[in-house]
Amino acid sequence: MQKAITAKEAAALVPDGASVMIGGFMGVGTPHRIIDALVARGARGLTVIANDTAFPAIGIGKLIDAGCASRVIASHIGTNPITQKKMIAGEITVELVPQGTLIERIRAGGSGLGGVLTPTGLGTVVEDGKPVIDVDGVKFLLEKPLRADFALLHAHDADYNGNLTYRLTAANFNPIIAFAAEVTIAEPLQIVPVGVIPPDAVRTPGVLVDHLVERPH
Amino acid sequence: MDAKEIIARRVALELRNNTLVNLGIGLPTFVAHYVPAGISVAFQSENGIIGFGAPPPNGMENPHLTDAGGGFISALPGAISFDSAVSFALIRGGHLDMTVLGGLQVDQQGRLANWMVPGKIVPGMGGAMDLVVGAKRVIIAMQHTAKGRPKIVEKLTLPPTAMRRVSLVVTELAVIEPTDEGLVLRERAPGVATDEIVAATAAKLLIADDIREMPIRCAA
Repeated sequence: MQKAITAKEAAALVPDGASVMIGGFMGVGTPHRIIDALVARGARGLTVIANDTAFPAIGIGKLIDAGCASRVIASHIGTNPITQKKMIAGEITVELVPQGTLIERIRAGGSGLGGVLTPTGLGTVVEDGKPVIDVDGVKFLLEKPLRADFALLHAHDADYNGNLTYRLTAANFNPIIAFAAEVTIAEPLQIVPVGVIPPDAVRTPGVLVDHLVERPH
Repeated sequence: MDAKEIIARRVALELRNNTLVNLGIGLPTFVAHYVPAGISVAFQSENGIIGFGAPPPNGMENPHLTDAGGGFISALPGAISFDSAVSFALIRGGHLDMTVLGGLQVDQQGRLANWMVPGKIVPGMGGAMDLVVGAKRVIIAMQHTAKGRPKIVEKLTLPPTAMRRVSLVVTELAVIEPTDEGLVLRERAPGVATDEIVAATAAKLLIADDIREMPIRCAA
């Protein structure tokens, strides 16, 4: 059985300079309470790996606003002008990765694979410095796996064993990043007894979850 | 009709029954307003849903139901949701019948640039590179010029989104099909002369023998 920790305790587990994968798509399906706690504790030098940096003052955007992140690996920063400003000012390094490639690199990292071969990015700046592999006459880019020190997940329900569910478009990166970090911390909206979530409804097996953040008050 | 409406109405005529379609953020989303009668399409949003519908009434929004631009949407009966890996397996794996994307430039070879302007805007490619590589048909919905400058050019000056040739380019002036021979001007917008299109285009256009007027209804 898991022991629920507070968001503040979760944020204290994440040291300055750590790499963190964070769930969410434009702030939807993002662990907002852990982010607030990271901002409150004044985290510094984080490498944030996520689909996007949301909007100013929303979700991952708060980490950018507060100067918690020094590096961002994302597919899109277009909705957050502060990320772009800090990138141009040299305060944040941004590595842009096609969305489908980013999620597959993370999936590879969490699944014990040595990388993925994708046609996406061939002939573009994404190809720079990467091996092009010929498979039966078709060319693919070799994209390497991606892992992080921490995965910070949003979930809808968690049970006492850490089994997780998601709703609608709030799943996005969460089920995939759960596999790809040394420590996985999930922030559910509610925690239910074991058995309440039917086995077939579990999207993230509890064995992947190291810490559950207590329910919101 | 303004430029956006002309483009959206014309692109909507490319929709086919029982297909899976992804609309990019911005102009392409307007296409959903003009789905022809009798045509049933399922719209995918790459953040993880097939079968979404129009935004719900005020106060009925669900914080876990949004599109790829972060806007609130509704879900139609039969809608399904999934994670980002599944979403992009659908896109890259050839399961998406059509994508409609905005464009910054299209060149003579039908290549698209739509994700950054070096030194000016660097939004990132998001899902665009995967969509152009993976969708069965790629339709570019864009204004013909930007601040008077042609967006259809001989050679891309902006970083390409992919090497793949797009299927069709729809602007408020014309419908242009990139082919092995080059860019073929298939249709002109109502009231637009071929000369005007050629003048607003910085690439060589092959004028189709059977060039026709866009079959869009001019509802005031």
